[in-house]
Amino acid sequence: MKNFINKKVLEIPPSGIRRFFDIIATMDEVISLGVGEPDFDTPWHIRESSIYYIEQGYTTYTSNSGLIELRETISKKLFQEHYLEYNSQDQVLITVGVSEGLDLALRAILNPGDEVIVHEPSYVSYKPCIIMAGGVPVVVETKLDDDFQLRAEDVEKVITKKTKAILISYPNNPTGAIINKDNLTKIAKIVEKYDLLVISDEIYGYLTYKGEHTCFATLPGMKDRTILLNGFSKAYAMTGWRIAYAASNRDIIKAMTKIHQYTMLCAPIISQKAAIEALNNGYSYMKSMIEEYNQRRRLIIESLNKIGLNCFKALGAFYVFPSIENTILSDEEFAEKLLLEEKVAVVPGSAFGDCGRNFIRCSYATSLNEIEEALKRIQRFFERYKK
Amino acid sequence: MKDILKILSRNGKEKPEKIATMVGKTKDEIEKIIKEMEEKKVIIKYKALIDWEKAGEDIVYAFIDVKVIPERDVGFDAVAKRIYKYPEVHSMYLMSGSYDFSVVVAGKTMKEVAYFVAERLATIEQVQSTATHFVLKTYKIDDEIVVSLEDKDKRLKVSY
Ligand SMILES: Cc1ncc(COP(=O)(O)O)c(C=O)c1O
Repeated sequence: MKNFINKKVLEIPPSGIRRFFDIIATMDEVISLGVGEPDFDTPWHIRESSIYYIEQGYTTYTSNSGLIELRETISKKLFQEHYLEYNSQDQVLITVGVSEGLDLALRAILNPGDEVIVHEPSYVSYKPCIIMAGGVPVVVETKLDDDFQLRAEDVEKVITKKTKAILISYPNNPTGAIINKDNLTKIAKIVEKYDLLVISDEIYGYLTYKGEHTCFATLPGMKDRTILLNGFSKAYAMTGWRIAYAASNRDIIKAMTKIHQYTMLCAPIISQKAAIEALNNGYSYMKSMIEEYNQRRRLIIESLNKIGLNCFKALGAFYVFPSIENTILSDEEFAEKLLLEEKVAVVPGSAFGDCGRNFIRCSYATSLNEIEEALKRIQRFFERYKK
Repeated sequence: MKDILKILSRNGKEKPEKIATMVGKTKDEIEKIIKEMEEKKVIIKYKALIDWEKAGEDIVYAFIDVKVIPERDVGFDAVAKRIYKYPEVHSMYLMSGSYDFSVVVAGKTMKEVAYFVAERLATIEQVQSTATHFVLKTYKIDDEIVVSLEDKDKRLKVSY
């Protein structure tokens, strides 16, 4: 039989840590610092109201763009929090996760061969999604000794005639880095200068532990050049609901809606209802989750540093990204041995780009007790493999 | 300070070193604050929350709605004192609405509780009436859900 698989799909390298995933699946009683989603259940008021709406028969399609009530609520929130004005009719699109929003954004703007600049280490989906949309990912590395900041000058260096967009992702998965407004402003200038777009994945936007997150669209001249992606998965502990939104200028939202309409039709109505409840009444519950993440964050950073796994002071998301250069192991060996010998799961940094090679990602979306136990085991492990 | 109290309210045994890291202060600062809170009685006491049923000890709780005639000058507080001084009284609140005190009484048997209400509570001069409601099952107490629920972690062990 000939190979029927699409060339672009074949082009995407298989995830290097598939094997690692397979081992974990067979093991019991693993303490996992490897999870990319909140350990909290969705707050009860959201679940309870959704049960009610299911009972009421909210089980249908919605308009392609999503329930107008949800779009209006989002639009109002964006104005209240960032003074951003997006018309709920044609500048906001409800998507099935930021995952879908990202894919739509890329497909809506990319012609074959167009380049998209992405910074690494970053979320694993970016490069494959760019490739599948026909684009070419161009990587800019961010560095530990620069707090994993994306620098305008590094961006400018890789801009070509084919550059169409920059994909920016802060607060960052896996580093936990937030970006300061100054750097963003400089990037905005480059965006203007070279007539580019920005896809800004701000899914961890609420999860910052120092200062406020700067929404890229708020920078001078950037609103029309930004495709803002945000969702409910992380801040509201709603990963399983698959609900998010995109906001941008009319043309882009129109193009994204066109793809969405034929490929997805609409986001699940019950998740849309849940998102409305989250936005209207979820703030205090979200804040208390953030407070708890913050306490765990301080604990895990201090402990990892004490152990000798130098850990950057992450100020966002729920990840820390300790360096393993003080051990004799590679990141993949570290993760695999730690799993087999101490039953603690972490994710090798190279999963997030080559420059993540000397790191592991630890998530603190896990109870304090588990984090403490995991840290004890990591300490023991470190003593065996330190340089 | 509130963050420290919140941590302690969830776990009274949390160590000062750990609290210090969690809130970004030094151990000395935490110890000082805790001591101060204890002295000011902001922290009233450290106690264990015990599931007596599991411990094999039968305890019956009843919520008793009590209507009283407040005394001149001293109001409700003086009457309350005559009630809450009894060790049988587990907790007690002044309420708005159709009755005045909500008194939680603990005893070994329903009979014992009923006896206490009839002989001790109802006989207090200012007490007009009582209505006793026995607790059949405890679901949640002091922020803790005590019925066993399925609280297994349903997440994949690793995800991006
Ligand atoms: C940076 C980043 N963007 C997007 C997603 C996917 O989010 P959603 O659940 O909204 O599809 C994740 C999930 O891990 C993420 O870390």
